[in-house]
Amino acid sequence: MNQIPNSLRSGPDGNGHFGAYGGRFVAETLMPLVLSLEQAYETAKKDPAFHAELADLLKHYVGRESPLYFAERLTAHLGGAKIYLKREDLNHTGAHKINNCLGQILLARRMGKTRIIAETGAGQHGVATATVAARFGLPCTVYMGDVDMERQKPNVFRMRLLGAEVKGVSSGSRTLKDATNEALRDWVANVEDTFYIIGSVVGPHPYPALVRDFQTVIGNETRAQMLDREKRLPDLVVACVGGGSNAAGMFHPFLDDTGVEIHGVEAAGDGVDTPRHAATISKGTPGVLHGARSYLLQDGDGQIIEAHSISAGLDYPGIGPEHSWLKDIGRVKYHSITDQEALDAFMLLSKLEGIIPALEPAHAIAHVAKIAGQMDKDQLIAVCLSGRGDKDIFSVAAALGEKL
Amino acid sequence: MSRLKDKFAALKKEGRAAFVPFITAGDPDMDTSFSILQQLPAAGADIIELGMPFTDPMADGPAVQASSVRALKSGASMVKVLKMVEKFRKADKATPIVLMGYYNPIHAYGTARFAKDVAHAGVDGLIVVDLPIEEDEVLRVPAQAHGVDLIRFVTPTTDEARLKRIVADASGYLYYVSVAGVTGTKSVPEEEVRAALARVRAATTLPCTVGFGIRSPEQAAAIARMADGVVVGSAIVGQVADNLAHGKDRIVAEVLELTRTLAGSTHAARHGKVPA
Repeated sequence: MNQIPNSLRSGPDGNGHFGAYGGRFVAETLMPLVLSLEQAYETAKKDPAFHAELADLLKHYVGRESPLYFAERLTAHLGGAKIYLKREDLNHTGAHKINNCLGQILLARRMGKTRIIAETGAGQHGVATATVAARFGLPCTVYMGDVDMERQKPNVFRMRLLGAEVKGVSSGSRTLKDATNEALRDWVANVEDTFYIIGSVVGPHPYPALVRDFQTVIGNETRAQMLDREKRLPDLVVACVGGGSNAAGMFHPFLDDTGVEIHGVEAAGDGVDTPRHAATISKGTPGVLHGARSYLLQDGDGQIIEAHSISAGLDYPGIGPEHSWLKDIGRVKYHSITDQEALDAFMLLSKLEGIIPALEPAHAIAHVAKIAGQMDKDQLIAVCLSGRGDKDIFSVAAALGEKL
Repeated sequence: MSRLKDKFAALKKEGRAAFVPFITAGDPDMDTSFSILQQLPAAGADIIELGMPFTDPMADGPAVQASSVRALKSGASMVKVLKMVEKFRKADKATPIVLMGYYNPIHAYGTARFAKDVAHAGVDGLIVVDLPIEEDEVLRVPAQAHGVDLIRFVTPTTDEARLKRIVADASGYLYYVSVAGVTGTKSVPEEEVRAALARVRAATTLPCTVGFGIRSPEQAAAIARMADGVVVGSAIVGQVADNLAHGKDRIVAEVLELTRTLAGSTHAARHGKVPA
């Protein structure tokens, strides 16, 4: 990262720390790989050819830039601030995940790696990884918890169509956390040829910084589009947070804009005062999991507590270390939304705007639905609509008691 | 002198390698695992690696993962693990115990308090899988101040420059991970281990044990001919898994039987000769 004085955008430091968070807590076998990835990324960042190739792919393969859409009927319905949706759902593969996967597979190629692995929760990152692996002709294995494979069947089939091998994970809670453990086990056993494409701003340094950088295209575009449309910056920027990649990319370009309030929205599952939620920042404590120090859902003995959310993409007991830091310094406020509120927002956006959101950003929409009405009509909200909801129709139907 | 130093000095005199079994504390329950722990030295264990259970053991294969799950289900906790060591230490003043596990339970306990309490309980060393040299100062310094060694890893991916940094602040002994992978899934590649140990010996005088992928008496003997210690984990906790249905006595008996076999083969391997 370039060190910018008096900026909140200059982290992490050389050891991958955002304040007290981050770091490189991995097995010794993986350390040389993590260090060589850092080196490869630092070199790539300075190489105009790397940026040019990524920009070309983002434009012609992903279809960027994605629109910043004024949600007129949602705005009228809520009766307050003007709501703009950053349409990451319109990207190739239907979510923001592809932005990061393209960046990482270009790095994999630079490093001479010939095999790709990934973990996935909702399947969006798995699909995006399988997609770029197909595009670059590399074999790909995706780890996915058995529970998630069941609730995200369409994405499992998509990954297989794209030529990826999807390996079910039956340990632990059989969701994203366990898929990540299994991907780490694969990586440590295949260090010579394998590149691990991590899907969120989690993991050992440099992943949290690198994934954020590749996702920052979301916030950069949003910022420019808002300036173009409204001639000013938004008053509020909102994104859902699981591991936190769409949020990191959306928030980062606004961190130094003191007039812009920023809200991250976690999954409250059945409610943050029940045992079944995924509100890591709201209810967690700092700990170390999957390579970084960050807020975690854990018991007093440091054992990880299984998260719960109707949204597989938010069903994770950790969060990116930069979010933990942004929480502690107070720059970003983290809120939470229950399964039911997310379902209501899912249906609200579908009916009012003709946009079926993924359950993950439905949490962000639900949060906006709570507060937009209390804001002035000339205020502006930019929400990251991180993915489309086609993958979720089975979960939603089940929650509504309908059979498909 | 520490118990680890004494042990390695004695082994050197005897011209044999240490046999180092790994069991998970609380697997399948505290009572059974204490019985095993207590009897391991008589079965031939020179040093004992005692696993601190964790919900997410991402460097371990299925056998050790399952042992962690069993231990946590039976109510194992860090406090109970330390109590177990304390109880063991009352009767056995000589056999070094090295706690092995992941950082988060230690982080939750508090590193300073942990260093103090493990020393008090009679722990001799700590192996923390996800605490590489870049991050280990926070635990290494307080642990060493209490006379507890933080055992560092050397792996097939460790290059010369990194090896130098690893040995610089290391104490106790080194743990050479024989294969790039998780515990208990690949077989130990003997020739590669020989070459790696030569590199380690050129860099340090600290003893070096070898683990990951050693299951059979033959493999144990082969490694014992070249290393200062032979670590077996997955095969041993596998005996717990295989005998769950038969109750405590059978579990203890089978674990000890395998320990005797592997220790016997480790101890006999050099026929009394110290390798060059």
